[in-house]
Amino acid sequence: MLTALLIMTGIAIVLGAALGYASIRFKVEGDPLVEKIDAILPQTQCGQCGYPGCKPYAQAISNGEADINQCPPGGEEGIRKLADLLGREFKPLSEEHGTEKPKSVARIDEQVCIGCTLCIQACPVDAIVGAAKQMHTVVAPLCTGCELCVAPCPVDCISMVPIAETVETWKWKYPVHELRSAA
Amino acid sequence: MITRLFSFKGGVKPESHKNESSGTPIQKAPLPKRLVIPLRQSIRSTARCLVAPGQRVLKGEHIGEGEGGLGTSVHASTSGTVVEIAPSPMAHASGLETLSIVIEPDGEDRWIDHTPLDLHSVSREEALAWLRGCGIVGMGGAGFPTHVKLGGGRGIDTLVINGAECEPWITCDDRLMRERAPEVLSGAMILRELIGAKQVLVGIEDNKPEAIAAMQAAASGLGDDISVVPVPTLYPAGGEKQLIRVLTGVEIPQGKLGTDFGVQCFNVGTANAVHRAIRFGEPLVSRVITLTGNVARPGNYEVLLGTQVSELLDLAGPKADTDRYIVGGPMMGTELQSLSVPVSKGMNCIIAASPALFPPPPPELPCIRCGACARACPADLQPFELYWFSRAKNFGKAQEYHLFDCIECGCCAFVCPSRIPLVDYYRFAKGEIWARERELQASDQARERFEFRNFRQEREKEEKAAKLAAKAAETRAKLAESGEAAAPAAETEDPKKALVAAALARAKQQQAAVTPKNTDGLTADVQAEIANIEARREKLNPQDADKAP
Amino acid sequence: MINSPYIRKPASVQGVMLAVLTALIPAIIVYASQIAAVVLVNLAIATIAALAGEALVLKLRGRPLAPALSDLSAVVTAWLLALCFPPILPWWATVLGVLIAIVAVKHLYGGLGQNPFNPAMVAYCAMIVAFPSLMSQWPAAGQLDFATQLGLVFGGAREIDAIASATALDTIKTGLRAAGATVQSIMGEGNFGLVSGRGWEWLAPAYALGGLYLLARGIITWHMPAAFLGALAAISAAFWLADPAHYASPLFHLASGGAMLGAFFIVTDPVSGATTPRGKLVFAACIALVAYIIRSFGAFPEGVAFAVLLLNICVPLIDMNTQPRVFGHRGDKAR
Repeated sequence: MLTALLIMTGIAIVLGAALGYASIRFKVEGDPLVEKIDAILPQTQCGQCGYPGCKPYAQAISNGEADINQCPPGGEEGIRKLADLLGREFKPLSEEHGTEKPKSVARIDEQVCIGCTLCIQACPVDAIVGAAKQMHTVVAPLCTGCELCVAPCPVDCISMVPIAETVETWKWKYPVHELRSAA
Repeated sequence: MITRLFSFKGGVKPESHKNESSGTPIQKAPLPKRLVIPLRQSIRSTARCLVAPGQRVLKGEHIGEGEGGLGTSVHASTSGTVVEIAPSPMAHASGLETLSIVIEPDGEDRWIDHTPLDLHSVSREEALAWLRGCGIVGMGGAGFPTHVKLGGGRGIDTLVINGAECEPWITCDDRLMRERAPEVLSGAMILRELIGAKQVLVGIEDNKPEAIAAMQAAASGLGDDISVVPVPTLYPAGGEKQLIRVLTGVEIPQGKLGTDFGVQCFNVGTANAVHRAIRFGEPLVSRVITLTGNVARPGNYEVLLGTQVSELLDLAGPKADTDRYIVGGPMMGTELQSLSVPVSKGMNCIIAASPALFPPPPPELPCIRCGACARACPADLQPFELYWFSRAKNFGKAQEYHLFDCIECGCCAFVCPSRIPLVDYYRFAKGEIWARERELQASDQARERFEFRNFRQEREKEEKAAKLAAKAAETRAKLAESGEAAAPAAETEDPKKALVAAALARAKQQQAAVTPKNTDGLTADVQAEIANIEARREKLNPQDADKAP
Repeated sequence: MINSPYIRKPASVQGVMLAVLTALIPAIIVYASQIAAVVLVNLAIATIAALAGEALVLKLRGRPLAPALSDLSAVVTAWLLALCFPPILPWWATVLGVLIAIVAVKHLYGGLGQNPFNPAMVAYCAMIVAFPSLMSQWPAAGQLDFATQLGLVFGGAREIDAIASATALDTIKTGLRAAGATVQSIMGEGNFGLVSGRGWEWLAPAYALGGLYLLARGIITWHMPAAFLGALAAISAAFWLADPAHYASPLFHLASGGAMLGAFFIVTDPVSGATTPRGKLVFAACIALVAYIIRSFGAFPEGVAFAVLLLNICVPLIDMNTQPRVFGHRGDKAR
């Protein structure tokens, strides 16, 4: 009896020491969780979540300050991925932060643009080119569709255009299941 | 010389249905009333339009310039007038539109001046550019530019010419080999010269004895290192990788090119097009296409590129119970979504389908893991595992099980006793994975640009602060110079405050200097009006009242 | 819209199952004519129970009845069970066994194609554990007339010792416990024929005949039967050669119990078995080894059913580690 106790205690002490050593020796630097969350977020940088960009939102989720359902561009799929990563329950997109929309890009009506540069300052990814009193234009492949440029425009010449499907982006649909409808 | 054939695992033997259309010679299709020439003729690349509506063009005239590495030139298929440049549906599973040049033929079918290319007087690069300029792409279906494939480099041991034509119903390559064997082999010799291959192997499925005989007869005078090899009839023996495996024993993995293994493969139709491009200088403006299935006059027709399917079908006479049309073979083809689709370079066959010929599949049942698909798979995959993963949208796992090695040949779905549309699941999974890849790239780019912007704004702020500090120092120096040693202690404490104070002082001075202009010699009316306005202002801004003059 | 391929081989799940049922017919003929005709009644009872059970569960699950009932997979399970159970098992026990297989093992896991365990074998093991004495009462071949057999199946008094003997495997196992007994002495006394139980031993070639039919039709591949029978023969030969007095011959093992039925009909169940060619070899050979160990050293006389279940658990592991080489890939396996 005593021997058994001693052996068990001995094992516990040795393993405890090993674990303790390992946690110091193999400590992971930085905060990979934030990076992992950031990798799931769509990088729209739209701020609809209430944070100034995707990284701050990732940081907030990681700190437990923000919920996982505040990112409308990431949509339901994004929430599911976050729920998976963080081991939380899925919850629907929080309505106060917006709704999921088809992916769009901003388009400037070049006839109306007065060249005020307000949209250029608002764009989080520098996807609008132009200079003061010169016409501006959106570099569509760089545009994330964040809509941050729409509100500042004094002449309302920016509209969001849904991205059209091309042969390159077209994809096969999920096969329809006839299993249930059969018979 | 070839001594033994290899084999690939799997494969299926569907009913060939070749006799319907292989009996009659290739006929020249009459000039169509309208040609719709898509600018997207090679894979992943759309050409730049070189003509304008109203312009007259000759047959073979260069009307679209290939863009990018995979671009090839596009030519007018006959002489006539460009009437429109507009999006038009193309032969693609999506049924999407692409920018196309619409030509109204003038009926003369007059060629532009063209001269053959003397291969010996030009460099290899010039010859490849010539082929690009002639718009030569793979005519087996995928439409991969031939000059890109040839450009892969030298060190090629074997050139494989693909005349297997393993898909049921299709006979265009069969007829081409029977009737134009010398031309096909001439093209093969040109291709061989361009890649410096030691031997040429022409693989033809042994269900085409006439084509084999014709090709062997034509090859007999060309030397020992050209052999026409009958290969066992087993779908998909005409798949590029499968044919190379059968003829040479080399297995080319997914993502690798034949060049890496000393083998290169071209379709017989491509060889014929190369022959015409080099020996006559003719760009690719027509091709042989099989019209078969539920039609009155099945056969092969030489058709101008851009001829609309609806016009073409009149030649074959579809029967009344035809309910849809399949482009390509029944194993890998796609259903046509519009009959206004034009004939493109990769279109080898149109099958009129009726419920009797191609009955709809019975309802799908659950997978019982019987493994029939695995035994039929020519890529040695485990299709049912890929199916489970694709269905569950577990794309990572699907990729681990080599989803992208799947050539979508359809053997698995062909044999499945549960009638599961397996290939549909793979196409779906591949599409999703590609889409995610694109999204990931876009979001990485956005993140990088966002972070750079933040960095830039930070830097600009710092630069501004530095500039301000420099300016403050300057002002301080000036103040000290002018002898006004007003509160120097405070200034050194906060240069910014001093600046603000200085600016305020300047503003006050300026304000004081501003006196109402044009107030002399006014009429009484105007005076009254001014007084009125001032009164209104006073009412609105009582705190400003003391400022009023 | 339907996408390519637009043509399909006229193959169906129903066709596969029908082939399996056809392949069982030689064995059923031998069974009914040589051993106990009541097996035909048992087959009918099992079939009705299976279809009724399946229909009930489908109804409860809100699934369409026709496709699932007409695919015949439930009938295959029912027939296998009826052939595995003792022929004089009371009818309610047969019904119970079939319901365990169909309801608990097949449908609670999601129906056709979803069950990780062989339904017939789970039911067999459950029955052997729950009703050990009923499940070990076997008549000698031709011992009872049809009326007695019917009487036993549909109730009535069961004078166990008078009517029932044990299987060949059971006889050897219990016989060897006596001091000084050898396999030869036991086989000399009891109800033995050429290599195994008299009459019963003829079932083995009948099952094998059916198995060859399935092989010829391409319904099963050679891997599993070959590996199973090969491994069983090899391990039994090793022990037999070492000590022929206490270990039965390989021929005895191949001809006794569920060996042949297992080799061609049970182990080859695609749903719960390994799927890769190499995995099939490993899977079937391991079943044979485990079955032999249970037969020779375990508490039960027959071990095929337990061995199948044990290896069903290992299927994902086996499949994962035996993925075939993909076209063009040298050495790197899927994992």
